[in-house]
Amino acid sequence: MLLCLTDGGIALFCVNPTSWQIIVFIYIYIYIYIYIYMGNVHSDKAGQFFNSGHTNNWAVLVCTSRFWFNYRHVANTLSVYRSVKRLGIPDSRIVLMLADDMACNHRNPKPATVFSHKNMELNVYGDDVEVDYRGYEVTVENFLRVLTGRLPASTPRSKRLLSDDRSNILIYLTGHGGNGFLKFQDSEEISNVELADAFEQMWQKRRYNELLFIIDTCQGASMYERFYSPNLMALASSQVGEDSLSHQPDLAIGVHLMDRYTFYLLEFLEDIHPSSTTNMNQLFKVCPKSQCVSTPGHRTDLFLRDPGRVLITDFFGSVRKVEITMETINLSSPMEPLPERINCTVHILYMCINKHIIPTAIIMYYVPRQKLLRDVFPCT
Amino acid sequence: MGLLSDPNRRRALIGMLTRLNAPICMICYMAGVAWFMGLAFEPFTLRTYMSENAMGSTMVEERFPAGERALATGREFAAHKKKTGGMPVDWLVRTMQARGLEVYTQRFSRKLPFPDEDKERYMVKGTNVYGILRAPRAPRTEALVLSAPCSPGNENNQAVGILLGLAQYFRSQIYWAKDIIFLVNEHDLIGMQAWLEGYHHTNTTGMDWSPLQGRGGSIQAALSLELSSDVVTSLDLVLEGLNGQLPNLDLANLFYAFCQKIGVLCTTQGKLPRNDWDTTSGYSHAVQTMMLMVLKQASSRPWGDHGLFLRYHIEAASIKGVNSFRPYKTDATTVGRLLEGMYRKLNNLLERLHQSYFFYLMPSLTRFVSIGYYMPAFGLLALILLLRALDLWVQLSSPPTRTTEDACPPLCPLSAPQPASPGVLSILTPLVISHLTGVALYTLPVLSQELAVEHFPVSETEAVVLTAIAIYTAGLALPHNTHRLLAGEGTEQGWKVLKLVAVLYLAVLLGCTALINFSLVFPERGLLVGVNDPGLTLLFAVFFFQELQETPVTLQEGWMLYLSVISQGILDHALYGSLLYPLAALLVYPCWLLFWNILFWK
Repeated sequence: MLLCLTDGGIALFCVNPTSWQIIVFIYIYIYIYIYIYMGNVHSDKAGQFFNSGHTNNWAVLVCTSRFWFNYRHVANTLSVYRSVKRLGIPDSRIVLMLADDMACNHRNPKPATVFSHKNMELNVYGDDVEVDYRGYEVTVENFLRVLTGRLPASTPRSKRLLSDDRSNILIYLTGHGGNGFLKFQDSEEISNVELADAFEQMWQKRRYNELLFIIDTCQGASMYERFYSPNLMALASSQVGEDSLSHQPDLAIGVHLMDRYTFYLLEFLEDIHPSSTTNMNQLFKVCPKSQCVSTPGHRTDLFLRDPGRVLITDFFGSVRKVEITMETINLSSPMEPLPERINCTVHILYMCINKHIIPTAIIMYYVPRQKLLRDVFPCT
Repeated sequence: MGLLSDPNRRRALIGMLTRLNAPICMICYMAGVAWFMGLAFEPFTLRTYMSENAMGSTMVEERFPAGERALATGREFAAHKKKTGGMPVDWLVRTMQARGLEVYTQRFSRKLPFPDEDKERYMVKGTNVYGILRAPRAPRTEALVLSAPCSPGNENNQAVGILLGLAQYFRSQIYWAKDIIFLVNEHDLIGMQAWLEGYHHTNTTGMDWSPLQGRGGSIQAALSLELSSDVVTSLDLVLEGLNGQLPNLDLANLFYAFCQKIGVLCTTQGKLPRNDWDTTSGYSHAVQTMMLMVLKQASSRPWGDHGLFLRYHIEAASIKGVNSFRPYKTDATTVGRLLEGMYRKLNNLLERLHQSYFFYLMPSLTRFVSIGYYMPAFGLLALILLLRALDLWVQLSSPPTRTTEDACPPLCPLSAPQPASPGVLSILTPLVISHLTGVALYTLPVLSQELAVEHFPVSETEAVVLTAIAIYTAGLALPHNTHRLLAGEGTEQGWKVLKLVAVLYLAVLLGCTALINFSLVFPERGLLVGVNDPGLTLLFAVFFFQELQETPVTLQEGWMLYLSVISQGILDHALYGSLLYPLAALLVYPCWLLFWNILFWK
């Protein structure tokens, strides 16, 4: 009987063994097979390493209303901030904009605290809040400049959104809004068209990989109606014509502490930990009409992945993916001149710029990421 | 062509106007009166609601614990008040300092133009004591005021006690964003006027006061507390202030909201609330409440210590505790909690109260009528005057002998000589004489009181009042006298011209008064009929007022009350700048004299 060790169907060597040797060979064979299988699994995982497409996470959390009776908007924003920080996004990657200071407001009976649950159960202000834009700095202009990156050179890093094309960004807005607009600071508004254009600018400048937009205001769904850029997912706390309601009236402080949608969102997020595999479909179910009184809405048509395969931590957390591999992978030199067959439908900016100067207008094609990788590293 | 520029149509219109003048005026008058009476009918009124977003609902936790201790402090205050025979300044200063307030005093003095017999004072000297609770973390830009008067005898001791108790409780809280000023004023309104003038650095009434050493920011709201019993059965809200000004309706709404939350019976004008608006008695109850408010506003005097704040655009109200024979009593702790709740909500304000109405009438504490609803009643009455004026104008400018319509009106002195048209002089004479009489009525009573006292066995106050009545009655005799002076003035045209001028004058006067103090319009409209003179209207109003308050008076008492009302009116004008007396003497009285002249023209 001839026993051949094969590798991918190619016979390497063949022997005529005894029964002893047969058993040994079988064991070795099984072991090598498992090893290769694992290697395949590794490369699958390595493939999956770049599956979601993002390498870093950013969060832009904005509270747009001031005055003591809008305490709940600040509490909303701070509770999302708290969750996002707990799940791993560091302060250097969070742009927190609060239009008013509730913790140090003269009317706050518990100074230096902002509570999100009545009876003062949870202080979302904490010890280590870093507010990047505060008070009157929270304006429509500053918000749009942060999103599009058009800030004056003197702006410090903490006030910039330094995202790149591999960043997943979470944008959370709360305040008073209406059909097609969101009120900033009682004196100006941002419209849904402006917001959609800002996101398009971000897309054209490749400032995000995927973007999750959450808004908790009255008639919030009107704010995402006009989006047209790819890879945007949006959630809102109420439909057009509905009001988002407040929650948690607290008698000692004398104001409402949270809005309903964000309250239940916070409860949902408290159950998420950095390695949880909860996906977006569960996020869409947060706060049904029975709890929220308004009907939350969402929009996923511009998003290219299936929401069921998108993890919550893709946006809310900053999961550093680490894979241990035993093999060495030879990466070819990145400075190799490109073969001529790759014309300018390649859209990694730095590769082309090394060879030519290509105006941005040409880089408008969208190609799925997986194919992109194999184009760049043809050796793997 | 347009309606008014087409001569044919114009003639037809004018013809209709002259023919139907009397019926239209009658209809307008009835409609005006019916509209006004209908304001109290509940389906025509609106429910009160909080307009200010910052004040929101009554979502606070009131925790004031120390009602009994406050009452004990009140008793201490009473004892010291009796000992010093006036305001116990030193004790108050010490007590307020012990509670952690910044305490200051202000001395003031005032010599009244003549002795005030109601309150028995003439040379008034007093001291105000006030303590400022500084907001722990806020800048000193805004303030709230809580005041209680220091009244002689056994009155308002509990009010001062609760004020001091609240001061102690408020001092231990950290959530105040505005300074709170606790004021105890002596000689009620005079002391309050001195304090307000000192606070705002104005001196409008010629009072003598020492400058204030300590000050908070600009005052956003003020409450004045009057409480003379340990327990109360209801709390009465008094809104009417000087010159008929009212605070923003949100203050009344806030008070009512807390009354409902805490479960205290709250009233306005001392009338208990009723639910049976569809019955006659329920409707008449609402009408009575509204008429009381109208009369109080018309009197142009402040009906509580809060009344003087309104001039400085500070929303203020007085809360009076009433202890009557009802089984359910509210103790001092609950009253303290109500005030605490109100102040916590006022603390949340970011701007002055401005979202709700400033001009309104309240048939009850839960219902109100805004200016947009009650002005048409006045509009209809003003329409009558304008129709009458138009009618007279038409008659004057197109007498039977003339053929053209654009003849020169009779008031132009250079017209062609017409034997029937009077000159300017004939109109001027009654006008000037009426106004001179008015000026005499305004100045003489106070000036001539010494003269009167020398010659007649009366006191100064009586002298003033009786001089006023004398001048008034003398004015009635004028037409007979002036006719002897100006010969040949009994012409047909003459009185028409005078009437035209008088009617227009009245229309303008009513219009201006309606803007300042709407309630004054309605007594004045008696002039429309031409026979109701101001003096009788006032007498009638006094009796009516007492009826409405369910304390009817006999003729004798009514007459004494009438005299005191006149003297109070003169005093209010001298002390606080109330406008009723000058308005009546300088404008309404001459206007009425003009009509009186017309009546006796022949």
